[in-house]
Amino acid sequence: MSEVKPDLVDVQIDGVWHQFPKGTRLIEACRQVGAEVPHYCYHPKLTSPGNCRMCLVETGMPPRPMPGAEPPQPDESGHLPISWIPRPVIACANTVAPNMGVRTTGPITEECRKGVMEFLLANHPLDCPICDQAGECTLQEYSVEHGKGESRFREKKVKKPKNVDVGPRVRLDDERCVMCSRCIRFTDEIADDPVLGFTDRGSHTVLTVYPGRELANNYSLNTVDICPVGALTSNDFRFQMRVWFMRETNTIDVNCATGCNVTVYSRQNKIYRVVPRQNNDVNSDWMPDSHRLNFHWIDSDARLTDPMVKENGKHRVATWSEALAKTAEKLAPLSGSEIAVIASARMTNEELFLVNRLVKQIGAGHVEIVPRMGEADGYLISADRNPNTNGVKLVLGLANPGSGLDRVKSGIEEGRIKAVLCLQENLVEDGGFSPELLGKLDFLLATYPLANPTTGLADVVLPGACWAEKSGTMINVTGRLQRLNKAVDGPGQTLEPWEIVRDLIQALGGGNGIYSVTEIFKQLAAEVAAFKGLSWGQIGDLGLPLIETGETIPALEREKQRKAAGLIVG
Amino acid sequence: MGGITYKRGREPHGKEHRVIFRNIDREGWDPGIETYLKDGGYDQLKKALGMERAAITEEVKKSGLRGRGGAGFPCGVKWTFIPPNNTKPVYLICNADESEPGTFKDRYILHQDPHQLIEGMTIACFAVGAKLAYIYIREEFPEAAKIVEKAIAEAHAKGFLGKNIQGSGFDLEIYVHRGAGAYICGEETGLIESLEGKRPYPRIKPPYFPAAMGLYLCPTIVNNVETLCHVKHIIGMGGEEYAKTGTKNNTGTRILCVSGDVQKPGYFEVEVGKVTMGEVINDLCGGLKPGRELKAVIPGGSSAKVLRADEIYTVGRGDDARKLTIWDIPMDFDTMAACGSMAGSGGVIVMDDSRSMSWVLNNLNNFYAHESCGQCTPCREGSLWMKKITDRVVAGKASPSDIDTLYGVAKNIDGRTICAFGEACSWPTESFVEKFRDELIGDTKPELEGAIVNAETLTAAASL
Ligand SMILES: Cc1cc2nc3c(=O)[nH]c(=O)nc-3n(C[C@H](O)[C@H](O)[C@H](O)COP(=O)(O)O)c2cc1C
Ligand code: SF4
Ligand code: SF4
Ligand code: FES
Repeated sequence: MSEVKPDLVDVQIDGVWHQFPKGTRLIEACRQVGAEVPHYCYHPKLTSPGNCRMCLVETGMPPRPMPGAEPPQPDESGHLPISWIPRPVIACANTVAPNMGVRTTGPITEECRKGVMEFLLANHPLDCPICDQAGECTLQEYSVEHGKGESRFREKKVKKPKNVDVGPRVRLDDERCVMCSRCIRFTDEIADDPVLGFTDRGSHTVLTVYPGRELANNYSLNTVDICPVGALTSNDFRFQMRVWFMRETNTIDVNCATGCNVTVYSRQNKIYRVVPRQNNDVNSDWMPDSHRLNFHWIDSDARLTDPMVKENGKHRVATWSEALAKTAEKLAPLSGSEIAVIASARMTNEELFLVNRLVKQIGAGHVEIVPRMGEADGYLISADRNPNTNGVKLVLGLANPGSGLDRVKSGIEEGRIKAVLCLQENLVEDGGFSPELLGKLDFLLATYPLANPTTGLADVVLPGACWAEKSGTMINVTGRLQRLNKAVDGPGQTLEPWEIVRDLIQALGGGNGIYSVTEIFKQLAAEVAAFKGLSWGQIGDLGLPLIETGETIPALEREKQRKAAGLIVG
Repeated sequence: MGGITYKRGREPHGKEHRVIFRNIDREGWDPGIETYLKDGGYDQLKKALGMERAAITEEVKKSGLRGRGGAGFPCGVKWTFIPPNNTKPVYLICNADESEPGTFKDRYILHQDPHQLIEGMTIACFAVGAKLAYIYIREEFPEAAKIVEKAIAEAHAKGFLGKNIQGSGFDLEIYVHRGAGAYICGEETGLIESLEGKRPYPRIKPPYFPAAMGLYLCPTIVNNVETLCHVKHIIGMGGEEYAKTGTKNNTGTRILCVSGDVQKPGYFEVEVGKVTMGEVINDLCGGLKPGRELKAVIPGGSSAKVLRADEIYTVGRGDDARKLTIWDIPMDFDTMAACGSMAGSGGVIVMDDSRSMSWVLNNLNNFYAHESCGQCTPCREGSLWMKKITDRVVAGKASPSDIDTLYGVAKNIDGRTICAFGEACSWPTESFVEKFRDELIGDTKPELEGAIVNAETLTAAASL
């Protein structure tokens, strides 16, 4: 044997020797060295039933000598010869063994794949032209890669239920199902809502939802993501757009402090779907339905498209410079203590950094954000429904974000506060500011993506981009620094909030030459201790741990336990 | 067998050697415990309770007992697979699912001699340290379940089950569990899933070898009814003595269930390897039907590969090589394997020249297509595909190349599935095509070559 570290074993994959930790599944070992093994039922976050048989590979072990015969001798590399076993094994559930050989190509492995593909297609309806999964379907992909190109099947196909409502958001086509049981395992093992199961036997097996129940839990759409074929489709995305036409943008979910990593799929500036993106330190492979579906408003008629100023009680469209000039004019007579800045914990660190500058420049007497607390769901949804409360603490310097909101209210009530700059918030609906209270102000500026009761009252209204239309960083509940990336442009004259704040600073007499988010990040890294030495590029698509918060994400903790128990690869 | 008489017309054949079936069809016998006790029942249990646990396993190992459920795995060796450092409870399961077509032996034990099974099980449980055991009885045996439950209650009342059995300090409860009518529940890991209240989807091995990770992921020994009965007799006579019956590596007796085209089908307990196929057919079963010739035999339950009557079988290697006709094949595990089939569950299905092999194969394929659990791709899709092809062969709607497809489908199942059902369902097709290819092709029509069988296939072909 060549030099062996204590718990590493030597395995030959496609003729080349490698070392892997004991217990590594063959499929993962192969993947690590670039020999992808096709698979349907295997999912690293779920238990392995080994039912699809797509991952069969040829393996071998050193020959066992007959009693009394010469034991096999190691070659010059220190490895024993491999005696190949005619019976293939599944790579998803078997683990590496010392001096094992694996062939991910070659006649045995390839024949197995061809066979499984032919079987899977035998009773498949072959309705790709009307299937949403087309373009991201492993059945299609593996057919091309591993199939035989034609079928010997000449029989009548098995008929099964189609277009079945299994829940409010998920639809099932049983004829397309390859019976990998991923969805069943997900609902059972991850969502704790085991409503899916198989009934009937053999080729007549159908996936069904338990009688009288529905797949309605807030994680139901994850089954659509992990279904390797078009059997489970999303009612929301169904028949909306071919996947190959869409652009993918990696960003994060802003519906709560967890900051699930997502990919936004868009075409021609319209978002068609949001799906979770794997990050084992944040959301694993999952996200809540309520968060992923919360994007349709982005493309709605309620969007603000232009700056507006109020004249004689009525809003009229204005240019950016008009609106900014009016703001400067209205603020000029006021002292700093008469001005309150209400920013948002939905703003990025970069935006908050500029807000901080603005506050300092005008000497604003009050700076606050609007807190959003709810109940944690015990999976991924954090009790804090703001995505960047930690950024507010760190960058805006609020020790107890939201706690000063009442002081702002009483300040307005008592006439001490005469102007409010409301940045990306909705004071009336989310902040508990009554219209009467806001009516007492001399001047109200409101930026927001949508028209709302607060913008309705504002003297100056500025269209601010939403989360999918901007870039920047946020710090999630566990203290992880993560990046938002702009997926689409905001409508009309919309600007990203950092641009708006920069322009406000300039309009109010300040000056700076900031032209990009990355420039702000550079300054942030120079000025705020926690960010010291960090660069934009370093954060990458998966983010990095920035601070210790002591908080955990329940779904991840459970996943760690399952991994430690050897139930899943993780 | 001094003094034992059997019901008229049910007397054992002179070539039989009745151990397990000693009391089956016995005059004056009933399944009650009093009858059993009068006959020396539970003496072996008392003996075993006085032995070291490991010594019992040792005796079973020495006896050479091989499992009678199908695979013929050495029983004592299986028991030693329980991890030595185990701290979890150990379970024992008696597999009374008897559902392999052609097999009908366990039912007689359950119906007529349940205490023999309970005694064997109790000894086995004592040996492996199981305090809880289950008898998994197929749905189709409702009477058997009642009888066995009654017998368990009787054994309880007499202190052969329950707490502190016969003052030994050993506790054991046995429960009957009824299946719901699925062949796959006979496969041990499917059975375990079913016992856990789930669909009987067989588990992957590794890692779920029952002896290490079985019922509720605890070490579990699964044995066939007949196997467990043998344990009682091994304790009675000692492992070495037991090993003197039967033949080397194929020890003891086993029950052959003969069905099909013979004069007197039925069950026969014989010493393993001491009788030949010829003796089974001609002596035990009174020969073939008048004027008929032997065509083929399926020797070990429906999933065993078919043996052709006019073939010469070569067994043994080198100097030991012997040539055998089908009539000369001794009914034992190793020779049957050397002949390319298996002794399996002891179900011998005899077919004479009146049988159409296409029909027979189609009949088997029907069974397997109906019973595939549907969990893994090759078996799920392949079993029904094979049935559909042989449906057409039988209906005269197949072409010669369909036979090649049929064979190819079977080959794509064999060795690639989760459980041995994959082999069970593909071996009939493989062996029938290999041995009776001409006959199957004779039932097809060359003019149908390339014909579109159904309109759907047209679109299917077009879209591929
Ligand atoms: C598809 C299938 C069906 C089986 N059915 C039975 C059965 O009905 N009865 C049985 O005892 N063993 C059956 N077996 C074998 C069991 O899995 C297991 O090997 C056996 O119960 C072990 O007992 P033994 O070692 O005493 O033979 C079946 C196996 C397979 C693959
Ligand atoms: S619906 Fe999809 S995920 Fe569920 S078993 Fe079928 S193929 Fe697998
Ligand atoms: S081989 Fe057949 S019976 Fe066994 S697990 Fe697979 S589908 Fe089920
Ligand atoms: S991935 Fe399905 S059997 Fe391995």
